Amino acid sequence: MTEERSGANILVESLVKQGVEFVFGYPGGAVLPIYDALFGDERLRHILVRHEAGAAHAAEGYARSTGKPGVVLVTSGPGATNAITGIADAFMDSIPLVIITGQVPTALIGSDAFQEADTVGISRHCTKHNYLVKDPADLAATIDEAFQIATSGRPGPVLIDIPKDVQIASAVWNDTPTQRRQRYAPRTEGTADEIAQAVDLIAKAKAPVLYTGGGVINSGPRATELLRELQAKTGAPVTSTLMGLGAFPADHADWLGMLGMHGTYEANLAMNQADLIVCIGARFDDRVTGRLDAFAPNSTKIHIDIDRASINKTVRVDLPIIGDCATVLDQILTLWGDRKGQDLAPWKARVEEWRGKNSLYFPLSNKAIMPQLAVQRLFELTKDKDPVISTEVGQHQMWAAQYFHFFGPNKWLTSGGLGTMGYGLPAAIGAQLGNPDSLVIDIAGDASIQMNIQELGTATQYRLPVKIFILNNEWMGMVRQWQELTYESRYSQSYSDSLPDFVKLAEAYGWKGIRIENESQLDAGIQEMIDYDGPVIVDCLVAKESNCFPMIPSGAAHTDMILYGDTVAGTMDDEAKALV
Amino acid sequence: MMHIKQEAEERHVLTITVDNEAGILAKIAGLFTARGYNIDSLTVADITENHAVSRITIVTHGPPSQIDQIHAQLERLVPVHKVVDLTEVGPHVARELALIKVAGLGEKRVEALRLADIFRAKAVDTTTGSFIFELTGAPDKIDTFVQLMRDLGLVEVGRTGIVAMIRGPHEA
Repeated sequence: MTEERSGANILVESLVKQGVEFVFGYPGGAVLPIYDALFGDERLRHILVRHEAGAAHAAEGYARSTGKPGVVLVTSGPGATNAITGIADAFMDSIPLVIITGQVPTALIGSDAFQEADTVGISRHCTKHNYLVKDPADLAATIDEAFQIATSGRPGPVLIDIPKDVQIASAVWNDTPTQRRQRYAPRTEGTADEIAQAVDLIAKAKAPVLYTGGGVINSGPRATELLRELQAKTGAPVTSTLMGLGAFPADHADWLGMLGMHGTYEANLAMNQADLIVCIGARFDDRVTGRLDAFAPNSTKIHIDIDRASINKTVRVDLPIIGDCATVLDQILTLWGDRKGQDLAPWKARVEEWRGKNSLYFPLSNKAIMPQLAVQRLFELTKDKDPVISTEVGQHQMWAAQYFHFFGPNKWLTSGGLGTMGYGLPAAIGAQLGNPDSLVIDIAGDASIQMNIQELGTATQYRLPVKIFILNNEWMGMVRQWQELTYESRYSQSYSDSLPDFVKLAEAYGWKGIRIENESQLDAGIQEMIDYDGPVIVDCLVAKESNCFPMIPSGAAHTDMILYGDTVAGTMDDEAKALV
Repeated sequence: MMHIKQEAEERHVLTITVDNEAGILAKIAGLFTARGYNIDSLTVADITENHAVSRITIVTHGPPSQIDQIHAQLERLVPVHKVVDLTEVGPHVARELALIKVAGLGEKRVEALRLADIFRAKAVDTTTGSFIFELTGAPDKIDTFVQLMRDLGLVEVGRTGIVAMIRGPHEA
């Protein structure tokens, strides 16, 4: 079927063709033609957010929890700039998004027109690719390529800026498959030689560690299965980055827990003492490596990553394998066959010794609920429901990573690379839409939750039963913790003054509000939250000055962890202060 | 006290073949600024009949690990077809064009013309008191010529930045 259609219409048809279920958006002048094309169209469900940042994070939550690309639709100027934080977040954490932004009409571009911003310029370095479409005849092919780029290789956000006149002008539309330009074809397989070397190194290793990251999740559920298979065949202990949690089951005997700045003692010591590190879909981030010249000093390193630019960026590796995690793991397993590795008993005995430190121990208090305990109880009471957990950014995020445990992929949504406060609530909304039957909980802090608090209204409007569990300590806790460690406890602007009454706030939006003030109310409060058929805010008042440990301070080596300190005061030299 | 550390640096010539689409130059130049890489010179022009493909030549300097990252980061851009690090690949020809304006009378004018002849620079504009020389060559040849002209009434210099190509019969 071939006919003339408006640009806006071609856009909508193209989205339907891509199998898009939800569009997260907010209308405005420069996207009115698109909103008119959406009017009454039952094939796409538009989710009206309350702020464009919420649209981008909701699309991220949807994408991360379903493995499908998230779609965002916002207007020009402030619509686009408001969405930028979420786009940058998706870029850092490799989340597939397609963002449609309206633009002022072609003839007005560059004239400082009303609600004009150089969206393509502003988004250039936080998108995987972006386009300004100047002819409706190019729209179908552009959208087709945008989805391909967003979802293949290392996933990421792709932005399409469409001037208003291009939305209105018409072009020929036909529903035959689009002739795609074959210019983006990331390498997905390792070479036979690389695979042989990898098998050889793994077979010879006496102290191997599998260091896994978000790439395993992005590669799809098959990658997680293959990871478990490789672990079963080799017996190697497994650790993961923040982004990779869930790729390996947390109740497995060889699970070391998360590594890095707030990782476990056993994970960091195992990395430090390993003779072979197999990095699978992780990128040697500064939160993970600590001081670079002391990072895993005696190990041979294999790095499997689909992004060539992630290899040798900060840490030199001995065997890079550019390819998709699942494909390369499959290749390794095929070649491995029935091989036997080295006897890992002595290595595992050392790991057990480190595990014996019980680095996630925390002292209980009879005065206040310890935040770690609150997360533990939340985990215990919800684990049978296999919940989806999102977080904001800060201490609560690290406690969630440490004390909540994951057994499968796509259940853990957090802003790892960019560290965006305000991510968790909209991400939970997106995840709930993609997983209507799941229990979705945003573990939040009292400061972070206020960053996109307006999205409470979105959940109300679409009857989404998301839960927010606030660990309320009346502080920007992580900022305060760093001020304790580096600035002799000069608490510059880190106190959360004038907090709202979260229970009343919940009620004002038509949510249920629950306050938990002491340990005796903890389990009942959590249970009440789970049992309520609708959205709930739990305001859980926790010990105000708890800090997040264990911790490798900035610029320190894995061997210099601070273990279970409760309060720490101190300072650092300027070299350490200058690190992030 | 903390001081910023410096690392040993290398100079590399990269050629980048790209789709000639809107904003591609900003994308590439912007990648260098966003990630803190250096651009010593940059040239760009389309090289196909239908103007679909451009070739960019960038001279950069930095520590070897950074040069490798630049290569990888450039290859990651969707419109980039190919990146060649000519300094890595081997012997190559690098050429630059310069326009050099010199004003002077008498012996200085004669000397400028004599030197231009030695350097095979061409006078492309002449008045009774000035020349514009056009000079093509390796960048250090141009440096040397410009240096000599300083004593002979150098007024201004314009340089294109280099274009470069691998030696021998094959494409790099």
